[in-house]
Amino acid sequence: MTRIQLNVYETIHDVEVEPRHSLVDTLREGCGLTGSHIGCEHGVCGACTVLVDDQPVRGCLMFAVQADGKDIRTVEGLDDDGAFNALQQAFHEHHALQCGFCTPGMLMLATWIVERGLPVDDNELREIMASNLCRCTGYRNILRAVRAVLDASGQDGAGA
Amino acid sequence: MKPASFEYVTAESWDAAAASLAEHGDDALILAGGQSLVPVMNFRLAQPAVLVDVNVIPDSAYLQIDGDSLRIGALTRHVRFEAPGIDGPLGRLLPRIAHHIAHLPIRMRGTFGGSLAHADPASEWCTLARTLDAVMIAQSVTGERRIAAADFFHSALATDLADDEVLREVELPALGPDWRCGFAEFNRRAGDFAIVQSVAAIELHEGQIVSARIGVGGATETPQRSGAAEKALLGGAPTSELFAEAAGAAADAIEDLLTDQQANADLRRDLVRVMVLRALEDAVSAG
Amino acid sequence: MTLIGKSVPRLEDRELLTGTGRFAGDQNFEGQLHMRVVRASLAHGRILSVDTAAAAASPGVFAVWTGVDVADVSPINLRPGSALQDLEKCRQHILAQDIVRYVGEPVAVVFADDPYRAEDAAELIWADIEELPPVVGLMDMPGEFAPGVSTEPAVLVKGYGDVDAAFASAAHIVDCELSVGRHAGVPLETRGALAIWNDDENRLEFHAAAKIPHTNRIALAELLGLELDQLHLFEGHVGGGFGVRGEIYPDEVLVNLAALRFRRPVKWIEDRMEHLIAANHSREQTHRIRAAINADGLILAIDHEFWFNQGAYARTHGATVPVVSATMLPGPYKVPAYRATGHIRLTNVTPAGTYRGPGRYETTFVREQLMDTIAAELDLDPLAVRRTNLIAADEMPYERPFEIGGKPIIYDSGDYPESLARFLDHVDYDAVQAEMAERRASGEMAGAAIICFVELGGDGPFDDVRVEMDTDGRVEVITGVASVGQGVETVIAQICADTLGIDYAGITVTHGQTDRIARGQGARASRVTVMTGNATHKAASGVRGMLLEKAAELLQSPVETLEISDGVIGIVEGLGEGPSVTVAAAAAEILRGQNAPRIAVEESFENDRATYSFGAQLAVVVVNPLTVGVTVERFAVVYDIGRAVNPMLVEGQLVGGAVQGIGGALFEEFLYDETGQPLSVSFADYLMPTAAEVPDVECLVLEDSPSTTNPLTLKSGGDPGITGAGAAIAAAIGDAIGRPGAIKRLPVTPLRLRAILRGDADRKQEKNNAENGVST
Repeated sequence: MTRIQLNVYETIHDVEVEPRHSLVDTLREGCGLTGSHIGCEHGVCGACTVLVDDQPVRGCLMFAVQADGKDIRTVEGLDDDGAFNALQQAFHEHHALQCGFCTPGMLMLATWIVERGLPVDDNELREIMASNLCRCTGYRNILRAVRAVLDASGQDGAGA
Repeated sequence: MKPASFEYVTAESWDAAAASLAEHGDDALILAGGQSLVPVMNFRLAQPAVLVDVNVIPDSAYLQIDGDSLRIGALTRHVRFEAPGIDGPLGRLLPRIAHHIAHLPIRMRGTFGGSLAHADPASEWCTLARTLDAVMIAQSVTGERRIAAADFFHSALATDLADDEVLREVELPALGPDWRCGFAEFNRRAGDFAIVQSVAAIELHEGQIVSARIGVGGATETPQRSGAAEKALLGGAPTSELFAEAAGAAADAIEDLLTDQQANADLRRDLVRVMVLRALEDAVSAG
Repeated sequence: MTLIGKSVPRLEDRELLTGTGRFAGDQNFEGQLHMRVVRASLAHGRILSVDTAAAAASPGVFAVWTGVDVADVSPINLRPGSALQDLEKCRQHILAQDIVRYVGEPVAVVFADDPYRAEDAAELIWADIEELPPVVGLMDMPGEFAPGVSTEPAVLVKGYGDVDAAFASAAHIVDCELSVGRHAGVPLETRGALAIWNDDENRLEFHAAAKIPHTNRIALAELLGLELDQLHLFEGHVGGGFGVRGEIYPDEVLVNLAALRFRRPVKWIEDRMEHLIAANHSREQTHRIRAAINADGLILAIDHEFWFNQGAYARTHGATVPVVSATMLPGPYKVPAYRATGHIRLTNVTPAGTYRGPGRYETTFVREQLMDTIAAELDLDPLAVRRTNLIAADEMPYERPFEIGGKPIIYDSGDYPESLARFLDHVDYDAVQAEMAERRASGEMAGAAIICFVELGGDGPFDDVRVEMDTDGRVEVITGVASVGQGVETVIAQICADTLGIDYAGITVTHGQTDRIARGQGARASRVTVMTGNATHKAASGVRGMLLEKAAELLQSPVETLEISDGVIGIVEGLGEGPSVTVAAAAAEILRGQNAPRIAVEESFENDRATYSFGAQLAVVVVNPLTVGVTVERFAVVYDIGRAVNPMLVEGQLVGGAVQGIGGALFEEFLYDETGQPLSVSFADYLMPTAAEVPDVECLVLEDSPSTTNPLTLKSGGDPGITGAGAAIAAAIGDAIGRPGAIKRLPVTPLRLRAILRGDADRKQEKNNAENGVST
């Protein structure tokens, strides 16, 4: 067992892990942050997507020991004391979630897209969001929600 | 699907990585991006006793033109190739290939060297390396070894790397301005492993093809160059007819095609013809 | 302002968007053991021994069970009313006793202090199994399930009218053989369960239950030897169901049994590979269908024989899928005479159950390909053939003289030809066809097709709902339904709020808790909106009545003059000006007189009639003849939902279902090798659509034919998105390659499509040769 520190939204979580414990398992069990979900454990479905040093990463393919000391952001940190951020609000308004299992991963991936600050046209948006699986929504409303946020921040990719 | 237990070691340098491998032999595996290795470990198909994490080795990720070579650090992440910042036909080709590798989050972590060392038959970088006769530079405690691409890929998921060797750098020829390079792949869904892919590189001089490298991946256990296609192209003009002929030659000549759930040997043969043709067309239109 | 019909945002979203949901994996109990199932690695064999010594000695292991340890537990029963008697002989034990019958069958379980170590220990268990020859293919010769029990344990026959006479006098007979590949719902959350013995309450609590908690409670109590009040089920958040989750599987029984025996909490979360080989599969059917038709393509009779792959054991659904397949094949068409013969086959592969639109996805594909084949053979327009056969508006209600689950099949309402016409208009089908013609003329293999179907829902027989209101006017609606993520809480809250005249946002809807309400029917067969909706309306009406009565007293005005709007009860003419009283105040007054903290009205809504409605789907595809890849360019769905409570949610269901259906049409298939080894064991093998494989699905939700089976006139909307997708894609591909009816098998993989195109090419070549006198 090793003692590591996972820095999640500036809260340091001191946890003891075995090297084989995945980042997502450690976030869920060691840090009590169960918002990130496990859908396949082989890097395909994206339900475990979190941001590590601002980059979207499959939490099931990274060992917790590898994330020692890195900046981690999960779905729990998106809202402002209960108030939805722009993406959460857009998902809510556009009915971009049904069972909600894929939602945290979708939100973190979308967060990266929005934060990147680059124009994104519809094809590119669809391609990036194709990184994550959803079984309930058929994707249409998820794309609409992210598009709405991108457009609102001027990243509509019209010139792209 | 949790992996079996292992001891975790971080290597601070390539020498340290090599030393760990020497110490543990075939009980140790290198952890680079983990995007290929960790799924295999989660399925418990690989159960290394020791994992040597090379991610913190400084100066291990780079794309550097050095004379007539492009030197690629093994830890260079796939995403870096989407904007490689190098000139010439290779600089234009790399992003077009990188774009096809899995999905964005995988590209954030997966590495060039990792893909080569893993040697999945459908790996884009493996096909590129084979097509352009890359040189793989492996390091062990006894020193450095340069391995030619033709010798590097043994079979699916098996390379010439010894248990105590770690892949440190790869050299690609820095193709000059007369070259045109193209890429094509076919898969069932965006981001899937390619069923068949092709890298095509042709050198033109006064409207004639003076050199040709045609590579096919995903179709057989290891990526291979198509001598038949290259022969068909040499000395000819880059026309659709010639490309179709070369593609046909590639398809006719290829042997030991893979059969799996996604495609059988027959379908792969058809796809070889289509992908080689598309890669050639891509070379002249975008390359 | 009525809330029914408004696309209000969901009450469920908050927790799900902020990562504060409580899915099975998120729940934990102090001192819990983690269960890991050890599964058979052979498709058919006799267990000689199971060596558990190394596992039992493995670090962190508390106990290991094999079949011997649970031999006293009865095999899992079939749901009452779901079975043909003979299927009872084919039930599954919770751990294999003596014989294993599919790769993935539980043969042992490990209980350990953490899931990693449980898996370590499980790897050390060695089951010595003597191989027996497996029956793997659906159409293989049946073998023996057990001595005296065939692997074709039942053949069902359904029909009406004089089929033979129709065939004898028919102008034409068309026949086809069609099949659908094995696939299933594959929700993103794998199955899981937690159980804890509550000593204070002297009861076992099963957490993370799903789908049909009350029904499962009864069945589980029986299996575990508990009195009913000693077992309660509790649902948390559920990551999709689609029919697959929530049936009683061996795994859940083991979790509960262990908690009961050990008096320690037990938690089990399956991994993805387990899910793909152990959770119910579905859809695998082969049909041989014949139609007697007249010169205009009117169907005079259908006679079809089909084979249904139930897998290794009968599951809780019994014969539901083949029965529904048999009875729903005619779909929206008249079909005056009909016979269906359904062979239920057991094979040594994963057992099967229902998956969204069960029996209808499959038979819609079969029937609509039949329609295209009829059109091709008679050289008629495919849509014209469909119109010729559609049930007309003046024929409603339309009865098919047979039953599903003891209930007659009566299509309650609808104007099918009109709905189809509106759809054609909406998608501008003339323009679509013109575009296809143009593109084909320039050499592209592009095609479009529209197919028709009927969907059903609102399965009763009853639903109980209790509406409670406190002194602040806050409402809790206690139901016996379950949520699989479809928006139950919002829809029920809307109906309740609409009935009571209050805001929906403050209404809590409780579901999946068996200790809050005595009976429940859960969420299945698209029943919740209709059944629970109507029961909610009934109960809320009761509360409304009480409020109005009290308000009449307080406002000194008769009940008939009062109205409730936005939480305020006032007099109709002068609402807003005259005297009024808030709902909360009225409730407080009522409760002041009583000795209870809440007003409570519990009502039951009974209904023995399902609702049926018309749908159609459009697919536009392009086929690449070189790679044989298929691109879905456009996909649209129309469904007449009678009356939509929340149109946005209805569309969500349609879009989600359509994408799943496209998955089954092009990508998803559980494959096996000839020894019964599963080949589709990861998401790299079992391919589901990503956002890149599907267009934005267009929806036209019609509210033209309210249901006549329930007071709120509601119909269901959970399934129609998926129902026609296989048929639509197949028909569009047929159109694209110039051979309507050519697609005989789903999914349409590159390999299969290539064989069809090659067949075409060979046929063309032969024809050419014949014309040019070249010998072949």
